[in-house]
Amino acid sequence: MKNPSVDTHLLPADSGTIGTEPLLAVDNLHVEFGTRAGVVRAVNGVSYALNAGETLAVLGESGSGKSVTAQAIMGILDMPPARIPKGEIRFRGTDLLQLSESQRSQIRGQQIAMIFQDALSALNPVFTVGWQIAEMFRVHKGMSKKASYAKAVELMDRVRIPAAKQRVNDYPHQFSGGMRQRIMIAMSIALDPDLLIADEPTTALDVTVQAQIMELLAELQRESNMGLILITHDLGVVADVADKIAVMYGGRIVENAPVHDIYRNAAHPYTKGLLDSIPRVDMKGQELYAIKGLPPNLLDMPTGCAFHPRCPFRQDNCVTDVPPLHEISGTRSSACHYWREVLDGTAG
Amino acid sequence: MGRYVVRRLLQAIPVLLGTTFLIFALVYALPGDPIQALAGDRAVDPVFRATMREMFHLDDPLIVQYGYYVQGIFTGDFGMTFRGLPVSTIFEGKFQVTLNLALMALVIEAIVGIGLGLIAALRRGKAADTAILAFTLLLVSVPTLVSGFVLQLLLGVQLKTSTGIDFFPVAGTSEGWRSYLLPGLVLAGTSIAYLTRLTRTSLMETLRADYVRTAIAKGMPRRRVLGRHALRNSLIPLVTYLGADLGTLMSGAVITETIFNLNGIGRQLFDSVYLSENSVVVGIVTVLVLIFIAANLIVDLLYAVLDPRIRYE
Repeated sequence: MKNPSVDTHLLPADSGTIGTEPLLAVDNLHVEFGTRAGVVRAVNGVSYALNAGETLAVLGESGSGKSVTAQAIMGILDMPPARIPKGEIRFRGTDLLQLSESQRSQIRGQQIAMIFQDALSALNPVFTVGWQIAEMFRVHKGMSKKASYAKAVELMDRVRIPAAKQRVNDYPHQFSGGMRQRIMIAMSIALDPDLLIADEPTTALDVTVQAQIMELLAELQRESNMGLILITHDLGVVADVADKIAVMYGGRIVENAPVHDIYRNAAHPYTKGLLDSIPRVDMKGQELYAIKGLPPNLLDMPTGCAFHPRCPFRQDNCVTDVPPLHEISGTRSSACHYWREVLDGTAG
Repeated sequence: MGRYVVRRLLQAIPVLLGTTFLIFALVYALPGDPIQALAGDRAVDPVFRATMREMFHLDDPLIVQYGYYVQGIFTGDFGMTFRGLPVSTIFEGKFQVTLNLALMALVIEAIVGIGLGLIAALRRGKAADTAILAFTLLLVSVPTLVSGFVLQLLLGVQLKTSTGIDFFPVAGTSEGWRSYLLPGLVLAGTSIAYLTRLTRTSLMETLRADYVRTAIAKGMPRRRVLGRHALRNSLIPLVTYLGADLGTLMSGAVITETIFNLNGIGRQLFDSVYLSENSVVVGIVTVLVLIFIAANLIVDLLYAVLDPRIRYE
């Protein structure tokens, strides 16, 4: 529910031709960290695009680079040690990486907002939740204390926190995990951002609460037509809300697909492994499938395809040749030399 | 909250009894005869000695003597010196001097220590950080005796003779709060070093916290992220340290008071130990313990103000 009279967009309207240019386009992004042990290449050429009103789920295990990519979009990486040697992050056609720090902090929170995994540690323990939400209006909009607190109560209502008016002066530790995450959400949508990045928003929550939070996010997105990037390692979470999925492994995207295609059949052995390791009712009593081996060491990446040491379909050229992202259809791609075989089940 | 304060004050009683008994026992165990100390090298009249020993209960067992002492304390009577003066008249004005000195040191410590610590944390790994860390090392290494005389010479004497600026009195308490500037600085020296390092660590830790990242993600200006979101959280351990340090500063003022000729409790304590004026020694320690307990209670209450997660019921 955008209010057209409030112009939150600081970028000129003609920057990038909105309509053809997606809301967000990450292009060949590389992020590395200089550490004492060497250079950690956390993100190695990630590209994805997102339109307004669309939900992209970025899937991958710890260390796959999914959060680092999000932090690069947000501009909250610690630089140094982080570096972005290559790549573009175009938001409404403007490359965010070319903007100054003050220009970026104008976009942060107002046009691109972020929700973090653990709301208890992500909220400041020494300020009331009302103060933390109201701060968005006070700092970005110059509102009075009273008006900004009224806005905070409004937002807490909108994310369905019971008795918002009574609870606005409570501290984060006085809320349950689910309620805290709702406060994070309220804070992030305060200024009607165009893009919301949710970094594992439900990982720290109970299963029942997870569903409620996902439902809330989906509803808020429908109302405001914002783009949503959902970072998760949980395939179950994304099925109902995502439009498309990007699967990351070892700092690369290994498969891009519309959500329904990917659940029908995977075009990359890693995606297939992930799908096979979801517990299913009809497999009750049988041993749960697990992808063998460990995630790659980012300091010492395997040669060729990063997944080859764990791949059940490995061939000789997987060890030597890095697979490019093969286009399968207009909306689907896979970084596997043998995607055809994986897709029709004849691999291995 | 009120109940918490009462409980803490009640808890202070065994602490007070324990510490005073300890110091009482230590003084009791000191070699030498306090009555003989009054007369120096001359012989003491046996009748006088007997009367004095009787009057000061010196022939009673330790625990009985302590009983008399505690009885006095609870009626506000610190007892008499062997020279016939009430201990409370000896205290007169001296606690004020030492308290002024300690508070001045505390203020200097807080300003310089937290300031340097903040700079070091924000310039982590850079030249300013390294310089500050080296400076703290210097502060801990130079003994009060050296820093006291050097500062007296540089700021008190040479500054005056070379530029005519006469701002730092080198001795006595005649110049009001300015009298305490140099001794306060000298007394604060080591504590500044510790507080600087504590502030640096604390802020660096806070800057890594998730809620700081959230504040940045909210688009808050850097100054607000540091000054509101990070600083408030990193202050919590510093307040604890400062509170506990007040007691340390008060009891550690002996040398500083001597160098700067301040008529405070530190020197009195030293003299009294020397002269075997046991009642004065125990009295001073008793008051110091009380101040220490009060400072810690205030710190704990402040804690709840700074950190809403802490509640005292």
